[in-house]
Amino acid sequence: MRFSILLFGLGLLLRYCSWRYPAFKKRLAEKDFTAQIRTKDGSAGRSYTFAGGKVRSRRRIVANPDVTLTFKTAAIGARLLMPPIDPLEQINAQKDFLIALDGPDELTSWFTQTVMMTQSAGWTFGTDLGNGTMRYTNMTNGGPVFLHVKDGKIVRLTPITFDATDPGPWTIEARGKRFTPPRKTSLAPHGMNWKSMVYSPDRLLYPMKRVDFDPNGERNPQNRGISGYERISWDEALDLVADEIKRAKRVHGPGAIANSHGSHHTWGNIGYYLSANFRFINAVGMTRVHHNPDSWEGWYWGAAHHWGQSLRVGQCETYGGVADLLKEAEMVVFWSSNPEAVSGAYGALEGTIRRKWLKELDVEIVHIDPYFNDTAQFLGGKWIAPKPTTDPALAMAIAHVWITEGLYDKDFVENRTIGFDKWKAYILGEDDDGVVKTPEWGEAETGVPAKDIRALARQWGRKKTYLGAGGWGNGHGGACRNATGIQWARALVCLIAMQGIGRPGVNMGNLQWGTPVDTNFYFPGYAEGGMSGDLHHTAMSVELYQRMPQLPSMNTVEQSIPRLQLPEAILNGKAEGYVWDGKSIEAQFTKFSYPRPGYSPVKMLYKYGGSIFGTMSNTNRHVEMYRSDKLEFVVNQSIWMEGEAKFADVILPACTNFERPDISEWAALGGYAYHGQTQLNHRVIIFQHKAIEPLGESRSDFEIFNGICKRLGLSAYFSEGMTELDWVKRQFEASDLPSVVKWKDFIRRGYVVLPAEKEELRDPVSWNWFYEGRKKDVPEPMPLPSDYTETYLEGLQTQSSKIEFECESLKRFDAHDPERPPIVKYKPAMEGPSDAARFAEYPLRMMTPHPRFSFHTQGDGKDSFLNDIKDHRVLVDGHYYWIIRINAEDAAERKIGMHDLVKVHNERGAVVCAALVTQRLPRGVVHGFESCATYDPLGEPGKSVDRGGTLNLLTPEKSQLKKGHSMGSSTALVEIEPWDGKAEHRVAAKRSVKPAKTPAKPAAKSKSKAAVPAK
Amino acid sequence: MSAPDAEGSVAKEKWNLIVDVDSCTNCNLCVLACHDEHVGNDFPGYAAEMPKHGHRWIEIMRKERGQAPMIDVAYLPVMCQHCDEAPCIAAAENDAVTKREDGIVIIDPVKAKGQKQLVEACPYGAIWWNDDSQIPQAWIFDAHLLDNGWTEPRAAQVCATAALRAVKVEDTEMARIVREEGLEELKPELKTKPRVWYKNLGRYKRCFIGGSLASERDGAVDCVEGARVTLHKDADQLAETTSDAYGDFKFDGIEPDSGGYVVRIADAGEGARDVEVSVSESVYLGEIRLA
Repeated sequence: MRFSILLFGLGLLLRYCSWRYPAFKKRLAEKDFTAQIRTKDGSAGRSYTFAGGKVRSRRRIVANPDVTLTFKTAAIGARLLMPPIDPLEQINAQKDFLIALDGPDELTSWFTQTVMMTQSAGWTFGTDLGNGTMRYTNMTNGGPVFLHVKDGKIVRLTPITFDATDPGPWTIEARGKRFTPPRKTSLAPHGMNWKSMVYSPDRLLYPMKRVDFDPNGERNPQNRGISGYERISWDEALDLVADEIKRAKRVHGPGAIANSHGSHHTWGNIGYYLSANFRFINAVGMTRVHHNPDSWEGWYWGAAHHWGQSLRVGQCETYGGVADLLKEAEMVVFWSSNPEAVSGAYGALEGTIRRKWLKELDVEIVHIDPYFNDTAQFLGGKWIAPKPTTDPALAMAIAHVWITEGLYDKDFVENRTIGFDKWKAYILGEDDDGVVKTPEWGEAETGVPAKDIRALARQWGRKKTYLGAGGWGNGHGGACRNATGIQWARALVCLIAMQGIGRPGVNMGNLQWGTPVDTNFYFPGYAEGGMSGDLHHTAMSVELYQRMPQLPSMNTVEQSIPRLQLPEAILNGKAEGYVWDGKSIEAQFTKFSYPRPGYSPVKMLYKYGGSIFGTMSNTNRHVEMYRSDKLEFVVNQSIWMEGEAKFADVILPACTNFERPDISEWAALGGYAYHGQTQLNHRVIIFQHKAIEPLGESRSDFEIFNGICKRLGLSAYFSEGMTELDWVKRQFEASDLPSVVKWKDFIRRGYVVLPAEKEELRDPVSWNWFYEGRKKDVPEPMPLPSDYTETYLEGLQTQSSKIEFECESLKRFDAHDPERPPIVKYKPAMEGPSDAARFAEYPLRMMTPHPRFSFHTQGDGKDSFLNDIKDHRVLVDGHYYWIIRINAEDAAERKIGMHDLVKVHNERGAVVCAALVTQRLPRGVVHGFESCATYDPLGEPGKSVDRGGTLNLLTPEKSQLKKGHSMGSSTALVEIEPWDGKAEHRVAAKRSVKPAKTPAKPAAKSKSKAAVPAK
Repeated sequence: MSAPDAEGSVAKEKWNLIVDVDSCTNCNLCVLACHDEHVGNDFPGYAAEMPKHGHRWIEIMRKERGQAPMIDVAYLPVMCQHCDEAPCIAAAENDAVTKREDGIVIIDPVKAKGQKQLVEACPYGAIWWNDDSQIPQAWIFDAHLLDNGWTEPRAAQVCATAALRAVKVEDTEMARIVREEGLEELKPELKTKPRVWYKNLGRYKRCFIGGSLASERDGAVDCVEGARVTLHKDADQLAETTSDAYGDFKFDGIEPDSGGYVVRIADAGEGARDVEVSVSESVYLGEIRLA
């Protein structure tokens, strides 16, 4: 009886919503069909006929409905249809086959979503500012924003400002002062840039197909990157893509389709690549392009063996560091650490505000970086510039001083570490190596004067010192990604261990992580997988799966390609890699091969997201890959026409996060970057308003995936019958937000600020528990219980439970690996003076760190405002050129002046840049950001000079170690000269791509002629 | 809140911008916020649309001082100075440029059409020519927002380090702040009475002399810490400092192109030394080996 009443009520509700809400009325006009809801035995039911924009419902079972929703019994139907809808009950009912949905996907999807819309049709969003202007909220990778929208257009985008009702920030008392951040949010440059990105002329506005690609005839893969595009309709585009998916699987078998996505995404938990994209991959079944731990490299493959923390990918825990540093530290060493450029991870300029406090304190500051970076510029202090890739040698020379002068924590080394004597012997030259790692030895390797190495070591050894490594302070980015990154990260762990990490004032950090925010209030990070249902490849199983029940999704295609060898895998048909898996220290020892036995090689590439030409290495290989016939079909789903998009056969235009609804928290990553919110001065959770309609015909990724799934019969599985907005509400309900705000208020106001933690409730300082021999007392759910050797929560994840100078895990795996011996040793980089012949031809060491103004490729090019920042690009003769920084004397020698156009080149490629002549580099070192979004070859793609600025064409693709899958590319040997305006790059004699197993040889050199400048 | 006064305009609160050069990191948020506000937006009576590229109403100048490894870099935000004796007002025809009671200078987007001479009239280079609309344009201190309830311009709002601070105070109060915080005008020789004040301007405008002391003992070269170093010009001792753990010393605040100085190093253990220096730009003397 209740069931019949509910069905009757639904009919009324549909008509009511149509009457009350114009948008809903418009919705009803979209389809003409009949849907029926009934019990399995037909004893109860109702039909709903949609026609001419109206809906009519009648209490009977009709003969041939288009759509049927069947409940096993009336009682079950009543339970499931009665609001409030319980997602867990819905999921269980589907899994137990108590519900059935029949009909063509196009109609079933529309019907279930429309029923859900009766719940959301009345929701009102945003704040009316008067004068026809609405205020909405959203989140960028550079911080949270207000948008002012008038007449459907974004007028302005500003940081979020708090009002009197929002909680204030925390205060830290240190050295007789009170440190309170200002009551405001901050933005990174790329966050402030967004208006120009939304309205960029490079936006993809409609689906397109390459003019000479015919899926039923000639595909012309050799013309990718050259052919033009023609506009097609969404139906044509989705039909084509769905047909190609079916064809690839039918003709070739499982594994024939590969999905390549980036490492980041526009913000929002439901739209994130780990969310909608992963559910899509799993629903279809695709070969994964397995990522290398790009920003963690040296920490994962190296540091983890010394101190565990594999679930932070080898970087260390980060609690309480801001307070401890402010209270106790006498010195801070920033080592390859430029947080002013990279904002930690999505941390906007929150850390900048805190680092400014260092200027008020009597804290000595040292910057170790070949480049006098942005953090050095801001804070001042002592600048020490080792040649790129020689940092491990500097670390070892410092260790030598500590050992010979007794400037280290002997008790800690004795009681909390093992294997020190082995490493000490190496440093003192008392082992087979026989080389004493004196400061003089260090000077010869690094170029840093021995006297400075000694002075640094003595200051460091005598003072309570925080070591800020990488952008985050506990690692990340910087030197860990060059050819000696593993050695560097390992050596730094040894150094901080020698100083007694965890005693007051001695820890890893640079004020970027470790603020005293509330870490117990739950809001999921993007790594927790959103709507993906993926328990294997996201952090969903940690907590989100129970809080936000959903259909599990599982990719039955177990084949993977190591990302760094994607071109080799496609072109040569094989590749090998090692796994990125943070579950344990040993997980990285697992090798995998492509192809996986029994699977088809990859024939189709689904490229999702931003261009990786600017972020991978030696990326002319990627160009070559696209133009080969080994790839039968390429689809690119992205927002702007970046360098990689123009190599696709079909382009699907996605919209930005400002054009679709979502939900998120600032700097909330979750997973491997647990509690990223400790980078912030306030925790801010955002309802991401759909502020404007999607531009052109662009659509949200969710809509695009659902559109393809409809053609594969997978729409109900992908969307669970819901709209994107419904998923957003589910995420809201899964978090702790309902305890502090009502949904209706949340979607109107758009943001919630969480109160700061009072002193007594704040998290303890990381590592202090370990230093004092107590149980682990910081709020991170890692390591896993089985990874403890003896008693749970006592000691580290290592076999000895201590910090290991000689790593047991490496002894077990391969005690004789010269690239990664059980104790860390210095082995100079191949891409350096030790390759004498090559160094003679390419004597400049080019660093390519993460960019400052764009967020990877996001924000670069696209005619955005960033183009006008002279430290990013410079306008010369009508074109915006990428910047390359060169030492003033090196420039003078080459007759290069400020903003001259120069050709930066080696045998891998050539790039035209504008020169920035500077004193911020020593001789022999040049600096240019990676992550260029544009690839603009002046001649044949892959074989000519690039004017876009993709310096990654020049970087080495060799893994840092054979028994790993690691970038080692952030330093490359190049030469620079004034550009002669020509398009030819002197191409290497052998252009075919070698399998990665063979060590990289400078093969082309013998056949090349030296490129002598015309003058 | 203005106090009643015979001269009403002096007692009124007026806008000033304080720029702390020591706190500017070149993040460009102020520049980007200005673009965001004005590109694609027309504010009648205040400012017409800013062109998407080519204008930098807020500009950031860069100054590198010294040579590797002793260098520093200063960033200097420059924008319309909203002068009380504005050369652009004098050069304008048709009352195209006016000064408001709150100190803000506005170039009328309609009346100023065609007046290209205003670009050259500004000695700070803060006026930009819009080729499409044929009008001169500059940073308007976000007057249109301040008039609508905003308490500071966008450039100050987005600045994370408070390198840009907007204050609305009476001129006498501003004079006190100038004294207390040691603020300077960017180009005092121009006498335009700007309302933009600079703190730590010496980082951009003035020079340093620095060096690194070292000494060899028992075959090893070490930094000399704690040596007394003094700076002299002619007969006067100008400053005194002590070398740090890296042997580094630095004398700052020296006028560029100021001729000859003597750096005197006195260290009992390592021997004394006089070094003659001629200053046009900042000078890093490099390593000075005492023994």
